This record gives sequence, structure tokens and C-alpha cells, in this order.
Amino acid sequence: MKALAFTGRRPLAAAASLVLAAALVACGGSDGDDSASDLDPDADLSKQSIVVSNWADYMPEDVAEKFEEATGASMEVTNHATNEELMAKLTAGSDSGIDVAFVSGQFAQALAEQGLVEPIHADLVPNMDNLAEGVQNLSYDEGNKNSVPYTWGTTGICYRADLVDEAPTSWNDLLEPADEYKGKVTMMATDRWLMLPAQKALGFSANTTDEDEMAQVKDKLVAAKKNLLAYDDTTFYERLISGEAVMVEAWDGWCNYGTAENENIKFVVPDEGSDLWVDTMVVLKTSKNKEAAHAFINYLLEPENGAWAAENILYNVPNQKAMDMLPADLKAQYPPLQVTAEQLLEGESLTDLGEAATMYTQLVTEITSS
Amino acid sequence: MTDLISSTPTGRGAVERSSRWERAALLVPGLGYVSAFMAVPVLLVLSYVFFQRGRFGGVVYEFTWDNFARAFSPTYRAVLVDSLVIAGAATVLALLIGYPVAYAIAMLPDRLRTIALVLVVIPFWTNFLVRTYAWIVLLSNEGLVNRSLERIGVIEDPLTLLYTRGAVVVGLVYAYLPLMILPLYASISKLDPELREAATNLGASRFKAFRTVTWPLTLPGVLTGCIFVFVPSLGNFIVPELLGGGKFVMVGNVVRDQFLKARDWPFGATLALVLIVVLVALFFVQSRVSRRLSTGGPS
Repeated sequence: MKALAFTGRRPLAAAASLVLAAALVACGGSDGDDSASDLDPDADLSKQSIVVSNWADYMPEDVAEKFEEATGASMEVTNHATNEELMAKLTAGSDSGIDVAFVSGQFAQALAEQGLVEPIHADLVPNMDNLAEGVQNLSYDEGNKNSVPYTWGTTGICYRADLVDEAPTSWNDLLEPADEYKGKVTMMATDRWLMLPAQKALGFSANTTDEDEMAQVKDKLVAAKKNLLAYDDTTFYERLISGEAVMVEAWDGWCNYGTAENENIKFVVPDEGSDLWVDTMVVLKTSKNKEAAHAFINYLLEPENGAWAAENILYNVPNQKAMDMLPADLKAQYPPLQVTAEQLLEGESLTDLGEAATMYTQLVTEITSS
Repeated sequence: MTDLISSTPTGRGAVERSSRWERAALLVPGLGYVSAFMAVPVLLVLSYVFFQRGRFGGVVYEFTWDNFARAFSPTYRAVLVDSLVIAGAATVLALLIGYPVAYAIAMLPDRLRTIALVLVVIPFWTNFLVRTYAWIVLLSNEGLVNRSLERIGVIEDPLTLLYTRGAVVVGLVYAYLPLMILPLYASISKLDPELREAATNLGASRFKAFRTVTWPLTLPGVLTGCIFVFVPSLGNFIVPELLGGGKFVMVGNVVRDQFLKARDWPFGATLALVLIVVLVALFFVQSRVSRRLSTGGPS
């Protein structure tokens, strides 16, 4: 997921961001309220301007010009590298200056529970009709009340078909690799995706907060660690291209980046099932131009904008009309793009862990330092 | 300043008083900068250690000792000990490599000496991440080291070099070696060569002259170099991630993750505080030992 396109930073930059974050939080927190504002459907958008925070390269480069052409409202784009970075900005208490933010579903849920997002005024986003059926019932935000899905996907095993004897079918193929693949597999180290393969292999929920279940998950992952080449959240597909790894835990879209270089790189969702992650758009409560903010979300739900995301980021989009527009040869080249909405919806939607997040973090340290 | 004092005809006391003020005035920009941009943010972060993580990240201002209990739980204690071992190994290795290099540079003629010193510093001109990535190219199974060894027939199958504890140590040594060489060079080049000559003239072997004269006199430089390497090694999180493949967790990684991934600022701050206390204690020991060495006896 784009949310994790985060390699290490220079220590100085990290230190600087810590200092900044500290200064921000010092301003204190405030509780929002859940009530929706009164919005004027006939507002003059040419008098409104918005700031959109998104991951880099996650929407068309000329989106600001095109949006202004289409609606009259002006917009500015700012980037965040991770969900966590955005959360730090938005929960700092004072007005972040951001009107629309792109954030993963479980984080949108956390923002909504804190009353930081404006409920979506569906009447201002008629293009929500373009969304595939079932997208409305995801557990992080039933009914898309607070967030609108932009892209989505799942996690599975990305592998080199020419370097493995049999295609993997189970998470255990990754967790307990055959002798010849030992030291040639990678897993992700970010909490939710580090846990996912073991959670699914053991038949647990990807959102489990049960301590006994997580203890079993931990044991399985500690055992799996000794067969790993490395933990890798960002360059796993490159390791497949170089042949350094033969099987990696991967997001479907990112496996496509490998396939683009080598057609022997294939993606499979293991039989035990997997997750469903969704990157969403939310309108911040603090936005002063909520009409334009809604117009922007509506604009990105135009089929051609969804299709841009699928063609350029190689992610699935929950925008059915956009998926229908995709050229057949693109889908043929990247089989994960052939997956239907129903198939994706079989994945377990990731939700916010609440208090249990601390337990997950501690387990990550215990596993990776074991 | 001393020239000024000796050449001024006015009373010595008056000059000393005014120069003290001058000196204080010179400190203002530096002190102001450090306190505004270092001390205040650090104190702010440290003030979180007694509070709790909010359900969605952020800080809940309710007093608790929990963060300390967690920081000293077996999990994090093991990480801290492991970090101390890795940083310690990197420091010893850097000293073993750095001392002969610094010694050799100090013995060079003036012109070559400058060139050599510039060469030592040149790696700092390149981004640290890029330099660390270069080591991946060197150490990976398909990398330069393995390829070369295979070609000259030393090995048949590639050695596992990358993503090992050794790779982490090597990466840290590489990163901070200049910080070892420079203080060592300063200390060795200050050494009066006549002392060494006197020792050998009086019958000491070269090794004995080194052991009893050169080494003790350069010990303050050794200590400074060791601190310069040990401190940033202990807090480094890029090298364990890139060259350790995320399989070795150092305390710097844990602190970084608490702030940037887990959004648990109070706990991250507590770990940072523990780290700072360890480092301040080290500095204290270093300055005490250095002072004793330079005054030639217990102070």
C-alpha cells in the first residue's frame, strides 16, 4: 500500500520531524463533534480553495488544473509519506490547514471516532454511484458515512514462477518454506502485515485483539524469522526481479511492479484468505471550504480518474466504471487487475485496533529482535 | 585574546573582567540556538515520559510510571543490551582500523597530510543512505565481494554476508570511521616526536615506546573517538534496517518506530530518555578519565 512507501530517512530529517511533531502536540488536543455542517449545494466554488494531502504520485499530476477547469475551485496538493505522518498532523489539535486527506481505511475510522472528519454529504458526491457494489459495507466505515474509497487491494504472495517448483498456495509456503527456498523469502515488518500471514494461517482474524491468539501468532512468526532473507516493506518486488528472493509477502499492486519487469513474477492470494485494505478520502472537520472538498472527491470518482490510478499505480480501484474502462491488454498483463470486486470483498477489511495497537507494536519488536 | 591581554597597558584585572563579558557575549548565539532548537524540544519530548498514549496516538495527560516499567521489561532490555553490544563492537573495530590510519596520516609530510585528511572526510559529502545502499551492492549474494571470491576460486557458493549482525557492525564502522580518525589524528599530531625519540634513545623497543609513551598520551583522543563512534552507532536505525534486513533491532529503530509507526510518543520518549541517560553517563566518565590523564594523576 502506498501508505507504506517509507524507506529509512536521514537521521537529521527524522530528528527534525520529531522536534516538529513534539512542538505540534504541545499545542494540545481538542475533541471534535460528530454533527454534520450545513453545506450549500449551490455554493460558488470559484471562491473556494482547498488543500489536499496525499501520498506522492497517487493522483494525476495535472489534477489541480483539471479540477479547477471542471469546478472552478482551486486546490493545492501537499504530500505525506505515511498514514502515521498524516495522523500526527491531523491529531495535533490545531487546524492542519488540510481540507481533504487520503488515508487508509482503519485510520479513517480512527479519525472519525475522534470526530475529526466531516460526515460525507452523499448528495454532493453523486459519483459515489460509480463505486462497486459491496464497497458500502466495509467494517471500518459502514455505509461510507465518513470516507470515500479511492483504491483498494489485498495482500498475498508474490513469487517467481520460474524459480519455484510449485506455485505457493498457502501462507505456510512462506512461513515454513521448503529447504531450497530458505533464506529466499521476505515478509513485511509493519505491524498489521507482519502479523497477517500467521493470523490467517492459524485461522484467526486479521483484526484479532485476543492475547492468546496473538501469542500463537508470535510463536509462528518467531519460528518463521530464521528462514527469512529480510523484512522488507518497500523493495520486495525488486528482490524478485534480481532473483535474490523467490517468494515475498506483497500487496497486489506492488507485485505488479515486479511483473512489469519480469513476466515470471506472479501473485497469489493464499487459500487461507487475506486482508482487504482500502485507501480512502476524507473531508476534515476543520475545512472551511467543505463544498469544494466534496466536489474534489466527486471529481476523483470520475471514471477516467479512477482508471488513471489503475493504469498508473497498477492498483485495483473500487470504482466499477473505472475498472470497466481498463484496456483488456493491461488486465492481461497484470492479472491482479482482473480480480473482481466480489473476490476482493472476500478479504477481511482491516479495522482500527484501538488499545490493542500497543500490544501489536510490542509483539513486532519481540518478533523482529528475536 | 592572550596577546591582547599582555599588550594592554591597563590593569590586568579590568581586562580580565571585560574579556569575561566578551566571552559570555560570544556564547550567546550558540547557546541561544542550542536552547531554542535543541533543549526546548528535547525537554518537551521528555515531558511525555510520565503520560500515556491516547487511543488513537497522541498524548493523554494522565500521570503514569508504566512507560518505565515497559522500557525495562525483558523485551526492550534485550534490545538495549544488543544495541550496546553492536555499537561496542563497531567502536572497537573502528579504533583498530582508525588508530593506524590516524598515526600514518600524522607522520605524513604537511602537503600529503591535508590531502589524506580531505580523503577521510570525503564520504561525508555523500548522502548517508546512498552510501549504505552501496554496501548492499557489495555484500549481497550476487554482490561484488561474493562474485570476486567466486571468480578467484576461494568459494563455490556465495557466503551469506548481507542481513547479518556482522553486516550491521561493518556498516556502522564504515559510517563513523572518520569520526574516530579525526580526533585520533588531532591527538597524535600534537604529540612531540622528541618524546618518542627519547624513549627509543633510552633503549625502549619501538613497541615499548608506543605502549608506554605514545598510547597513554593519545588516550584522550582515543576516548573522544570512541565516544564519537559509539554514540551515533547506538542510535542508528538505518544501518540495522538496510544491512540487517530488519532482522536486528537496535534501540534507535524502536524509538523511531514508536514515534513514526506506533504513534506511541510517551513510550518513545521514555526509550529516548533511557538512551540519553546512558550516553550522558558515558560522556561524564570520558571527561573524568580525560581530565585525569591530562593532569597526570587523580584530579
